[in-house]
Order: sequence, then structure tokens, then C-alpha cells
Amino acid sequence: MTELVIPSTPAPSGLVLSPVKQSGLGDQMKAGLDAPICLTWELTYACNLQCVHCLSSSGRRDPGELNTEQCEAVIDELQRMQVFYINIGGGEPTIRPDFWHLVDYAVSHDVGVKFSTNGSRIDAAVARRLAGSAYVDVQISIDGADAATNDHVRGDGSFATAIEAMEHLQAANFGEFKISVVMTRHNIPQIEEFKVLADHYGAQLRLTRFRPSGRGADSWHELHPTDTQQVELYHWLLAHPDVLTGDSFFHLSALGEPLPGLNLCGAGRVVCLIDPLGDVYACPFVLHDDFKAGSVLAGGGFQHVWQQSDLFAELREPQSAGACSSCGQFDACQGGCMAAKFFTGIPLDGPDPECVNGFGEPLVAAVDVLMRPEVGKDHGRTRVVIGARPPR
Amino acid sequence: MELTDVIEAADAELADTENEELVEDELLVEEISIDGMCGVY
Amino acid sequence: MPFNLDAPYRLHDRVALRPEPFGALAYHYGNRRLNFLRAPELVTLVRSLGDHDSVRAALAASEIAEQRWPSFEKALASLAKSEVLVAT
Repeated sequence: MTELVIPSTPAPSGLVLSPVKQSGLGDQMKAGLDAPICLTWELTYACNLQCVHCLSSSGRRDPGELNTEQCEAVIDELQRMQVFYINIGGGEPTIRPDFWHLVDYAVSHDVGVKFSTNGSRIDAAVARRLAGSAYVDVQISIDGADAATNDHVRGDGSFATAIEAMEHLQAANFGEFKISVVMTRHNIPQIEEFKVLADHYGAQLRLTRFRPSGRGADSWHELHPTDTQQVELYHWLLAHPDVLTGDSFFHLSALGEPLPGLNLCGAGRVVCLIDPLGDVYACPFVLHDDFKAGSVLAGGGFQHVWQQSDLFAELREPQSAGACSSCGQFDACQGGCMAAKFFTGIPLDGPDPECVNGFGEPLVAAVDVLMRPEVGKDHGRTRVVIGARPPR
Repeated sequence: MELTDVIEAADAELADTENEELVEDELLVEEISIDGMCGVY
Repeated sequence: MPFNLDAPYRLHDRVALRPEPFGALAYHYGNRRLNFLRAPELVTLVRSLGDHDSVRAALAASEIAEQRWPSFEKALASLAKSEVLVAT
């Protein structure tokens, strides 16, 4: 499957049209759709791992999590709204006893499923079952190309577990599963090795942005890529258009030629998150009351939240450039990621903390640690602290 | 000049030009990668 | 297979067409491809293809002005390439 840059219509002579025409489709997306194109659904906060930078601060099941019937009701709604597919995550979704039932339920109700997993429940039998399903896709998460780098963030043995899952999928002829990596200061140097690993399994590589969300807030300052690494990453992504990014590096498009993808924030406009309690947020990286749109358990269900919530209406308003209005690259970067700005404590109508022109850095430095927004409820089991560089 | 003003002006110019010429270049179908939107992990 | 205006086409049965204010979203559950149909007239045309012996016939029966047909032909060819449309 190819990533597509939105083509610009050939311009009549004399008119500089690129910014307008290129954003034609983007404008429609920004104004919102009647239903999300896809959405992320975190099924549980329970997890057998305790990754240092977990975006949902997962570890322990929350007693308020939606039960099977409530989940089925959400799926029924998604079917009525013609949501094409859901991205299931968590925590570790396969830990839920009703996980497979819900996957089957979704598929039999016209909702495709892609689920993200650390691989711990993917044995040979599960792999064969997955290989037999036409509408279920799998994404295995790792954060290092070797055990040392990966386990430093995800815990002892987690790399081996992930690899074993990949081996099972390959043996079962599952086909093209995804390998998903969150890019950090420690693993950007391994970018070529990730590609080799993915090629070895015939898997599709997906690289995504590390945001200061969830437990990520604690380690963001130590782990986020350096300026040099961002530039390196940008050029590598341009050279490898077959590598997916979930459009999460659109702030890097300010460096030059736009990266493939929509290059805009989909939160509340094209995508959103349903959390294990049924709360609806703009995206999985803003699990915070300020970005909560409502609950699927309220009278109007998910549809009402998606179509009528104040938060989403606000996000669908045209966004002004704010402090970025004097910068020539605003069209390309759209001011970056609101989650990154929010959790580093800098204004939402200004530069991204990792602004490629360096405009975000001084703002971040000036923020008193105590003034940063508090991350949502911590569902972790133990206190997790990032150590020094991973052993070589 | 406000960004929105610039866009509105360009839009108006475009509309005028399109009415005069044979409309051959409407881009009626655009494919987008299902992965190509931010907010999904 | 190159797109043939004189052949009959229809919507692939694994494709869902979801109406939107600007036209429709077409999602192919098989190959996971997502296409935007950016005109309501295109959506109507696509839905009508199965009722005609050829694409040309469908266009002729539609309310789309002839000078716009090249754009629509290009659009349909693109949809055929994504397997949203299949030759019957």
C-alpha cells in the first residue's frame, strides 16, 4: 500500500496555488466528518509490561472498564455510523478475557480490526487463527532493534517476546503484519536495523513520534530526539516512503518537501480515542480532562459525542497560526502536535516543542516543571523510572 | 496580511479562472493512506 | 487491465461507500485502500454503473455535463486502479 501525498491541481499560469489546492482535502478533513475514518480504542489499562514511556500509563485494570455488553453496544454504533475499522490498543488488549470475542464481533459487524500488541499472547495457535482472518491486522510494538535497547524501555524479556510473536506470525503465513516503533534518542541510530528486521519478516515498518504523554511525560526530556536526529529522521523517511508513520511526524514537514500523508492533526476531526472506561478523547496522546469530549455511556452514545461535543466542534474550527503567523513554514507544519505542546506546558497556539526552527525550545525551557499539566490517572503497577543510556 | 485573507483571495481568483476554461482538471478522486492521519498509534 | 470506457463496471462488493458532505468515502475492506470521492455526482455515477452496459452509457444517462466527462473518466479509472470498481 502506498502512502500518497495529496496531489496539487496544475495551476493556471501566474497563480501560486499550491498551499490552497494542496489543502483542499485537508480543509474538508479539518472541518470534520460525519464519522471518524478510524478510531483508536484502548480496551483495557491492564498490561503485563510497564513501558517507561507508556502513553496511557497502563499496568493495572481499572474497575470502571466497559464490560462485554457495553463494548458490543459501541461496536453496534460504529457499524451504524459506518466506521470502517478500529485500532485496538490499551494497555495490552489481548489480556482482556473477551478480547477474541470482541474482535470476532467487530468483524462480523462490518468493522475491521487492527490491534496493537506487545506479542505476549501470540502463540502458534493464535497466529494461525489470525492468519485465517481477512479483516484483522496486527501490529507488534518494539522500541529497539535489539534486546538491550528495547528492554531498557519495555522491560526484560520484552524483545524476545515480540520476536517470538513475529516468528509465529511468519510461520502461520499471516502475511504483512506491522512492526511499530516509537522513535527516541536511543533508537534513532538503529533506524536501518529496524528496516532490516521488518524486511526479514516481510512486515511493514511503522515509526511513530514519541510524545510527552502518559508516562512519557517523565522521560520526554531525556528521550526525545535531538535536533540533529530529527533532521536525520526526516531525510530517512523521505527516502523510504514505504515506511509508515501514522502521519505523526508532520511537524518535520517544515524542513522541506512534505512527508507523505495528510500532514495535519487528525484529533477530533478524523480520528479520536475511546478509552477503557468509555470516555472519548481527541486522541490517545491527550488523556486529560481538557481533551475529553464526552462518554459513550451518555444518552447519545458515541455518535452524539463525535458529532455534537463542544471540544470536537472547537477542534474543527479553523485554527489560527497564533504565535507562528510570522513563520513561513506554518502551512507545512500546522504548528505541530497539540499533545506535545500541552504536556510540555507550552501554549497551544504557538510552536511545537520540537519545532524544527528551534522556536519551541526556549518556551519549553522556560516552563516550570510544576506548571506542566498533570498527566491523567496513572494505571501503573509500580513506579517506573528511566535509567541511563541502555547498555551497548 | 492574515493567512485566511490570502487563502480567500486565491480561492476567488481560482474560481474565476475555472469558469472560463474547459474543466478538465477537477481532481474528483483522491486516495489517502489509511495510515496517513495522526492520532492513531 | 487498462480502464475501458466501453465496458461495464460495478462497485466491488468489498467496498463500502459512506456519504459525506463533500461526496463520499470509499473503503475497500480487502486491500484496505481508502478513496475520497469529491463530488456527489461522482457518487451517484458510481452507484449507477452496474445498471449500464458501459461507462459511456452511464455517463450519457447521468446529469453530468459533457465537458466534465474527462474528469469523471479519470476519476473512474483511478477507482478501477484501486479495485474500488471492477469490470463485470
